[in-house]
Amino acid sequence: MNLLLEAIAWIFDPANWTGAGSIPERIMQHLAISATVLVIASLIALPIGMFVGHTGRGKDGAVTVSGGLRALPTLGLLTLLGLSIGIGLQAPIIALVVLALPPLLAGAYAGLESVDRRTVDAARAMGMRERQVIGKVELPLGMPIIVGGIRSATLQIVATATLAAYIADDGLGRFIFAGLKTRDYAEMLGGSILVILLALAIDGLFAIIQRLVVPAGVRATRTRELRSRPTRPRAVVGQPITEGNRE
Amino acid sequence: MNWLWSNLDLVGELTLTHLALSVPAIILSFVISVPIGWVAHRYQWSRGVLLALCGLLYAIPSLALLIALPVVTGLRTTNPINLVIALTLYGIAVIVRTAADAFDAVEPDVRQSATAIGYSPAGRFWGVELPLAGPVLLSGLRVVIVSTVSLATIGAVIGVQSLGSLFTDGLQRNIQAEIVTGIVLTMALAIGLDWASVAIGRLLMPWWRPSAAVRRRTLERVERVDAA
Amino acid sequence: MNSAGKGRLLALAAVAVGATVALAGCASGDPLDSGSGTDDASSDTIVVGSQDYYSNEIIAEIYAQALEANGFTVETQPRIGQREVYIPEIEAGEIDVFPEYTGNLLQYYVPDTTATTSDDVYAELETALPEGLRVLDQSPATDQDSYNVTKEFSEANGVTSLADLAKVTTPLTLGGNSELETRPYGPTGLKEVYGVEVGFTPIEDSGGPLTIKALEDGQVQLVNIYSANPAISTSDLVTLEDPEGLFLASNVVPVVSEKVTDEMADVINTVSKALTAEDLVALNALSVDEQQSADQIAKDWLAEKSLF
Repeated sequence: MNLLLEAIAWIFDPANWTGAGSIPERIMQHLAISATVLVIASLIALPIGMFVGHTGRGKDGAVTVSGGLRALPTLGLLTLLGLSIGIGLQAPIIALVVLALPPLLAGAYAGLESVDRRTVDAARAMGMRERQVIGKVELPLGMPIIVGGIRSATLQIVATATLAAYIADDGLGRFIFAGLKTRDYAEMLGGSILVILLALAIDGLFAIIQRLVVPAGVRATRTRELRSRPTRPRAVVGQPITEGNRE
Repeated sequence: MNWLWSNLDLVGELTLTHLALSVPAIILSFVISVPIGWVAHRYQWSRGVLLALCGLLYAIPSLALLIALPVVTGLRTTNPINLVIALTLYGIAVIVRTAADAFDAVEPDVRQSATAIGYSPAGRFWGVELPLAGPVLLSGLRVVIVSTVSLATIGAVIGVQSLGSLFTDGLQRNIQAEIVTGIVLTMALAIGLDWASVAIGRLLMPWWRPSAAVRRRTLERVERVDAA
Repeated sequence: MNSAGKGRLLALAAVAVGATVALAGCASGDPLDSGSGTDDASSDTIVVGSQDYYSNEIIAEIYAQALEANGFTVETQPRIGQREVYIPEIEAGEIDVFPEYTGNLLQYYVPDTTATTSDDVYAELETALPEGLRVLDQSPATDQDSYNVTKEFSEANGVTSLADLAKVTTPLTLGGNSELETRPYGPTGLKEVYGVEVGFTPIEDSGGPLTIKALEDGQVQLVNIYSANPAISTSDLVTLEDPEGLFLASNVVPVVSEKVTDEMADVINTVSKALTAEDLVALNALSVDEQQSADQIAKDWLAEKSLF
């Protein structure tokens, strides 16, 4: 536990808060790479996920792809990319984007799919175009779940961005690697504590956002009612979760 | 490909080491999570706390946890037991959520019928609730299998041997085949263990058929895309 | 259904617990485990360890095969991380023979040492080692830190030694493992000894392909590469001379425990004597370029030198 005190002392040491490679600089780098990755991954995954969620097409494909990507070890991808691209941020960014795709994809399709089909049918009956159905009905109602996917992806990115320091001079991971190599365990543990705190802070922030994006009209009755069964059968309709138990 | 043929021994050995790290973690996290999930399901007051704790656990970066754990356990950083503990903790964070859902999904009518025909609370758990929760539990386990096997490679960065060592060594020696071998084997192990778990599931639950929908729902739940 | 289900579940529980115990046993009885690895080995088994560095693994393999050829029982524990991990294990008597490098090992025990020549370093190292450990004869083979530039850079700026760097007007950045930043021969040493100001970029592959690529791409101008790295010649790099002795000489040297007898020491000393600096570069090239395993490289080298 002595080491823990040393690590905390390291975090509060004013010398670590100024100059090149200071704690604030590393935190900003960590946030910058995480944000970049999140934007790129969202641009790829959210439209695809929304298409799947809206049309109900390609759901099994989406599950297979995200399952496969989950099994892909990030460190392996990072070293492989590092060998071909070299040092710098490119290799870690690509590896982290791949890591962030599954939760974003899942959030987007589950979000749109969660919207009661009766509501969607009603929107169509009112004469809304498909684009309006998505933009004015499915997106707002599915937003909490989509944000949930973004939250999960962000958390994984922030946590794994520590590995970026293996290939690039960037982020909070630097403290971990530098400490590991120079036997400065206070620095190593101090760096780890900072990453944990950053991840928890971001997670807390998202928990708040996730509550705020629930449309006012459904706030009172959210939870199970959100997921009532679709009224019309769809091409690849999923069985409600209780089904497996009834047999 | 030269590399692969002259290093088959090493590859085999690391594959076994990798199994020895991930399989205990997977089994331990399952065995520990089921009772916790049941408590979260049974006692509403504990649910929020337990699930929030698991969420926190999930938010801790793996590299950071691997370095922070030895401070608590008193073991050396490179001791593989640290890695097994870390992997177990992540597994628990994932399965507890699914386990609570799994028990929730057992219909109250069924539970009451079981009580009515004379099941004791313990008998009802083993004879009714657990088997009925089985399929969803298994789908949670399958998610954990894949993420644990993949996560175990991280240990290589701090000197715990696993298939991840092929990544760090391949980087040092500039051998892409070595890294690719590591990636392919890690994914193959994940898929192999996944099949094994399905086979065991069929054996223990003859009435059960793998359902894409349940698997998908579990993935969504694990990714915490739920509005909860 | 009730009793059948229960039986199945009990079976599952039994299998799960059994498998966990068995695998946990596996994990802790694993040769890589620091705790209990050698306890069950018979007392006359010599354990040869190596760093998580391909070149070191080759040397360890050579020691191990030479000892085996002379009738000793040997167990190898390859790739045990870096110095901070394996030194405590050697000190605890878990490992009996370990290939080391005189300069780097001396700096581990005496961080502010002033010795730089090969003989001075070796002499100081002999006294610096803790009780129960000793070094055998050092080998002529060296694998020490060295600063390298590209051939183009060397020609364009007329730089062949570290002293020449002072007249280079463009900003210089040094690339190397993160620990280099705080080592006596790092940026601070360059400034104090040669009056050269450099920036620093950490690259964590110990002078491997990332470091060389960064140098070739101009992300850094100066890199730390171990002198036995074959890439120095294959990538056309120029190793800068070190007239003021900034770097410590670092010869290959075996660190051994008390379990190593004089007969074993003789075997290892014969090997050390035969291993030249050129040999070591060639062996490393077989590992990196031909992708051969350490085991194979060691076997071929012993045969080529007609040792044992």
